[in-house]
Amino acid sequence: MNAGDTAWVLVSTALVMLMTPGLAFFYGGMVRRKNVLSVLMQCFFILCLVSVLWVVYGYSLAFAPGTGFWGGLSWSMLNGVGLDPYNDYSATIPHQAFMIFQAMFAVITPALIIGAFAERMKFSSFVVFIVLWLTFVYAPICHWVWGMGGFLRNIGALDFAGGTVVHINAGIAALVTALMIGPRKNADKHIPSPHNLPFVALGTALLWFGWFGFNAGSALAANGLAANAFVVTNVAAAAAGLSWAFIEWFRNGKPTLFGVASGAVAGLVAITPAAGFVNVSGALIIGLLVSVFCYLAAAVIKPKLGYDDALDAFGVHCIGGIWGALATGLFATKLVNAAGNDGFFYGNPAQFMIQVKAVAVTLIYSTIVTFILFKVVDLVMGMRVTIKEEDVGLDLTQHHERAYTMLE
Amino acid sequence: MKMIIAIIQPGKLDDVRDELYKAEVNLMTVSEVLGHGRQKGVTEIYRGAKEMGNLLRKVRLEIAVNDNFVETTVKAIIRGAKTGETGDGKIFILPLEQSIRIRTEERGSISIG
Repeated sequence: MNAGDTAWVLVSTALVMLMTPGLAFFYGGMVRRKNVLSVLMQCFFILCLVSVLWVVYGYSLAFAPGTGFWGGLSWSMLNGVGLDPYNDYSATIPHQAFMIFQAMFAVITPALIIGAFAERMKFSSFVVFIVLWLTFVYAPICHWVWGMGGFLRNIGALDFAGGTVVHINAGIAALVTALMIGPRKNADKHIPSPHNLPFVALGTALLWFGWFGFNAGSALAANGLAANAFVVTNVAAAAAGLSWAFIEWFRNGKPTLFGVASGAVAGLVAITPAAGFVNVSGALIIGLLVSVFCYLAAAVIKPKLGYDDALDAFGVHCIGGIWGALATGLFATKLVNAAGNDGFFYGNPAQFMIQVKAVAVTLIYSTIVTFILFKVVDLVMGMRVTIKEEDVGLDLTQHHERAYTMLE
Repeated sequence: MKMIIAIIQPGKLDDVRDELYKAEVNLMTVSEVLGHGRQKGVTEIYRGAKEMGNLLRKVRLEIAVNDNFVETTVKAIIRGAKTGETGDGKIFILPLEQSIRIRTEERGSISIG
C-alpha cells in the first residue's frame, strides 16, 4: 500500500466524476433551449444510476475473475472487494479505490451515447436502455480489455485509459442508436443551432480538467507514467484544438469557438488509449491528425449520409477513438512504459494488427448487442417521444420543468 | 394594405417559413411570445410544487402585405401551421394605415414588398 498512489487515485476518481457533469454542459449547450434540461438530466441520472448498479453487480461483472466473457457475480455487493490492495489490478492502492475509479468510467461511457439520440428519446425507455447497455455491452467489453482473464488483455491489446472500452464502444453504440431512433424532425431541412455555446466551452473545460484524472489516474500510481500520461493528454488536446480551428479557418474563412472545443475533446479521446505508451511527439501527431478525421466525419460525411448523430457522439468518440487505438499501435514505445510494447514505428508492426483486432471486436460486439437491446426496448416501451412532445421539447414533456423563463 | 399577425406553434416555424417562401412572401418579423388559447397550458413541477396552466411558448409572425397578397399569405401560414389539433394558433388580419421604407422614405404599397 502506498499513500501517494492512493491519494492520486482518489483525486483522479473525483476528477473523472466531474467529467459527466462537464459532458452534460458540453452536450447541453449544443441542443435547443427546450431540451437542455433533458440532456443534463440524462447525464446526472446516469451518474446516480450507474454508481448504484456498479457496486451492486456492475463491478463484479466487469472485474471479478470469471470467464473470458465476463466476471460473473462473485463480487456483487462488493463481496470480497475490500480495503487491501488486489494485486492483479493495483498492488499499491486499496481495492475499493480501484473499484470507485472504475465506477466513474462506467458512468461516463453510457453518458457519451446521449449525444446521438439527444432531443427525441423517451426518458423511461432511456433508463431501461442504459441499464441493459451497461450490463450487456459495457461490462463484457470492460472485462475483455481490463479484467483478469479478459481475452483482449491476453492477446496484448494496448488500451491505457479506455479508447476501446469507453470511446469506440460508446461511439459506435451512438451511431446505432442514432440510426435506429431516426433523425430529429426537420433535421434534414435545417440543423438546429446550439442554444448556448458558452455552456459548450464550460463543458469542454470541465472535460479537459477531468481527463487528467481519466488518463493520468489510469497509471494507478503517482509516478512517472502518470506524469507522462498527464503531459501527452494536454499536448494532444491542445494540438487537436488548434488543428480543428485551422481546418475551419482554411475551409470556411473563420475559426470558431465550437470548433476549438470539438477539436480539444477529439484530441482527448484520441490520446486516451495511448496516454501511457506514447511520448510527446507521438501525442502531437495523434492530436493534430484526429481533428482531420473527426471533422470529416462530423462536417462532411454525416451531412452526405444523412444520419442524425445529433451532437456527433459517433463522429468524435468513435472516429477519434479508432484513430487513438490504431495510433497506439503505431507510436507506442517501451521507452515510455516497459510494461507496454513497441508500436509499428518502433520496430513492432505486429502491435498494430493486435490493435486492429481489438478495435474490430469492440465495433462488432457493441454494434450487434446495442442493436438488439435498442430493438427490445423499442418493441416493449417505444424509444421515441411523439411528434408533439418533440415539438414542445423534452424538458416540459419528460420532466415538467423548463430551463429558462421568458417572464418572471 | 393589411397587417397579418399569426400566432403559431414554435415547432411549426420552419414549415410556415417554407410555405411563405414558396408563396413568395419573403418579408416578416418573428418574435417569441408566451400565451395560450383553448389549450390548458403546461404543468411544471419544481421540488414538488406543481404549477398548472403555465403559459406556452408560441411564435408570433407579423407580415405586412398588399391586399392582393392577403389570401396567399393566409393559406401559406395555414399549410405550414395546421395539424388539426388544439393549439395550432390563430391568424389576425388588421387594416394597415401606412407603411414607410426608412431608407428611401417611400410610402404606401410600394414600400411593403
